[in-house]
Amino acid sequence: MALIEIENLTVHFRAKGHLVRAVEEVSLAVDARESYGLVGESGSGKSTILRAICGLAPVTGGTIRIAGETIPEPRDRAFAARVQMVFQDPYGSLHPRHTVDRALSEPLAIHGIGDTDRRMQEALTDVGLPSAFRFRYPHQLSGGQRQRVAIARALMLKPEILLLDEPTSALDASVQAETLNLLNRLRAERGLTFLMVSHDLAVIDHMCDRVLVMQHGRAVEELTRGDLAGARMKTAYARSLFDASADRML
Amino acid sequence: MTTLTAWLRDPNPMSRIQARLGQSYLSWLRLRRNPLTMLGLAISVALLMIALFAPILAPHDPIAQNLAERFIRPFSAGHWLGTDEFGRDILSRILYGSRITLYIVALVILTAPVAGLIIGTVAGYFGGWVDQVLMRITDIFLAFPKLILALALVAVLGPGMVNAVLAIALTSWPPYARVARAETLTVRNSDYIAAVRLQGAGRARIIWGHIMPMCLPSVVIRVTLDMAGVILTAAGLGFLGLGVQPPLPEWGLMISAGRKYLFEQWWVATMPGLAIFIVSLGFNLLGDGLRDVLDPKSASK
Amino acid sequence: MTLLTVENLRVTFDTEAGLVEAVRGVSFALGRERLGIVGESGSGKTMTGRAVLRLIRPPGRIEADRMVFDGEDLMTADDAAMRALRGHRIAMVMQDPKYSLNPVMKVGAQLTEGLRQRDRIPKAEAQAKAIEALNAVQIRDPERVMEAYPHELSGGMGQRVMIAMMLIPNPDLLIADEPTSALDVTVQAEVLSILDALVRDRGMGLIFISHDLRLVARFCDRVLVMYRGKVVEELAAKDLMQAKHPYTKGLLNCLPRIGGAREPLPALNRSADWAL
Repeated sequence: MALIEIENLTVHFRAKGHLVRAVEEVSLAVDARESYGLVGESGSGKSTILRAICGLAPVTGGTIRIAGETIPEPRDRAFAARVQMVFQDPYGSLHPRHTVDRALSEPLAIHGIGDTDRRMQEALTDVGLPSAFRFRYPHQLSGGQRQRVAIARALMLKPEILLLDEPTSALDASVQAETLNLLNRLRAERGLTFLMVSHDLAVIDHMCDRVLVMQHGRAVEELTRGDLAGARMKTAYARSLFDASADRML
Repeated sequence: MTTLTAWLRDPNPMSRIQARLGQSYLSWLRLRRNPLTMLGLAISVALLMIALFAPILAPHDPIAQNLAERFIRPFSAGHWLGTDEFGRDILSRILYGSRITLYIVALVILTAPVAGLIIGTVAGYFGGWVDQVLMRITDIFLAFPKLILALALVAVLGPGMVNAVLAIALTSWPPYARVARAETLTVRNSDYIAAVRLQGAGRARIIWGHIMPMCLPSVVIRVTLDMAGVILTAAGLGFLGLGVQPPLPEWGLMISAGRKYLFEQWWVATMPGLAIFIVSLGFNLLGDGLRDVLDPKSASK
Repeated sequence: MTLLTVENLRVTFDTEAGLVEAVRGVSFALGRERLGIVGESGSGKTMTGRAVLRLIRPPGRIEADRMVFDGEDLMTADDAAMRALRGHRIAMVMQDPKYSLNPVMKVGAQLTEGLRQRDRIPKAEAQAKAIEALNAVQIRDPERVMEAYPHELSGGMGQRVMIAMMLIPNPDLLIADEPTSALDVTVQAEVLSILDALVRDRGMGLIFISHDLRLVARFCDRVLVMYRGKVVEELAAKDLMQAKHPYTKGLLNCLPRIGGAREPLPALNRSADWAL
């Protein structure tokens, strides 16, 4: 049985008086310890799927199940301990007036977990940050360091599933490489399951076993890693996306 | 001294307190660059000192009457700012009056912004009908001119210093609620609020620990800029006889009393007027400088 | 023919923390070609582009041994002369069209504003020129776009409008600062082909500033690789894969590639002497 099962997920919401049909009847299944990619252009609904899973966007239709159970509405603490998310913009996802210490201890405080000092040290070491950074503010960190803090924060509750929303698209190439390596290492060490969104086929290919190509809120085609490297797409849209990323083969 | 600044500037603080103090120190350095702000700060600190040490600084009793020395001109020996119609030393009365001014300002600051902050963040975060109800109440308060509303409240409650404070506080919270709500609306959809929601945080924790710290700077700026207004409203109530009652040396009351003699004995009304002017100016300058340092929009770089 | 010569360009900022050198001695010459400037954030690539137009605000300072555009010395030109150059002969396209277009003005009005105010061209003629420019950037129904407000345009459309706006005065040099970073890959390809056509057909010079090494390699003729305010390597774009400098090599190697191996990506180990 798959760990994450999404069936006919539909997300509609109102924004500025318009009805936005962000996601239309998308189904996918992610096995435990698998890394699954969502790729598409802006407005394809790929990020909305992640947001719908964790309750930041409304589920208008369809079901989402984690380990066979329909997810609770609203999401409870037990859900928070299983599923966490890393956001795209490391400048916007850390509270500007909270130190690294506060950001990392908050999930522990919410869930009533003690042993803060040891867990904090562990978390910082795990993501490769020196412990001297513990009392720094976000503006005293570089983009890559901030994203490491965001990853550490998402892992504080030891979740099984990590939702990654373009985690490296705001970073420089060299920092992107370090961050991707870090994510892969953590996944191997902790047996995490990734559901990752990106617009960059090369990043998706490097990180994911399977990928779903999306356009205008609909699933277009599911590709395995082999399909992608061998350019074996069936639909015209997936093909055009691949052709536009041709320089990513170099 | 050098070890202290080094400790404050340490890029790798060892504790939350050191981190926070370090940030405050950097803000202070930025604040210090603006001479007008420093003037405002000096005036505010001077007001505080004068209020604290009024009994030592004042050459005379502010209330004791001495009809033999009525209307002595300013700059005379013993009475630097002259005396009023009861022969009371104006300088001493102004010095003691600073205590009343400060008392009113302090009480208003401790109540109105706190209420406004809570109402604004709650309305902004919850949205929907909670927002509608709270903001319509705010609108009702905003619809009346401040002084008129304060007058009506004092008329109901009866004159007196505490009632004046209450009236001013009740009329001055709506702008803070507005500011806090606006700030909350921009913050509530940010990724860092989403992140703490995803961790399972309750609403109270989100509002108190994550949203309020972001609203605080704008409210603090607004409060500093409003202090002058509070002093003026208090003086206005005193002037109309609805605030502090004689013989207490409240500045507005003193102007009101001196009004009768404005043409012959101009100093009786002018001196407390100057005091109000200087203190209001001081708070305004300070508020302007704080805005440059605290405002997240201008200080983002 | 050399259009722009820059010799030993320096941009320094006098901040509380001391002197910050954003650009430290950059030299290059540009003909009617596509020159790419590549580097990571903080490498000084944007500042180099802005310095050519003298668009650096105090406390920033621009110094150069020589900065000459088509016979005109940019270092000694007065403000009026610079204003006449900016937009007219040297144009600049920024990363995000959202912040470069006036949100409360129709696109058509913004496109024709310069022509009507500065060049005193009658309305109908200015309209025709604007529509022609929109056609040049392959906007299908230019009349409708003329009547639209910027927020009604998609990202790719907005970026094309920005380029059209820069093209109306027919500049000799276009400085494009990450013009496609905010765009989807398929739209990006379109915008690039538009820029490409302009260089080819109008003989315009193009400075293409980007963080994306592979994009620049595919699109430009020549590439300057910047690191900490210095050019560490200059090479023909087609030779990028044979780059010699360890920084350029490192930047290329650390990119994931489709069909690449699953092992960890090689980290970029910065060496202190690159910045010397």
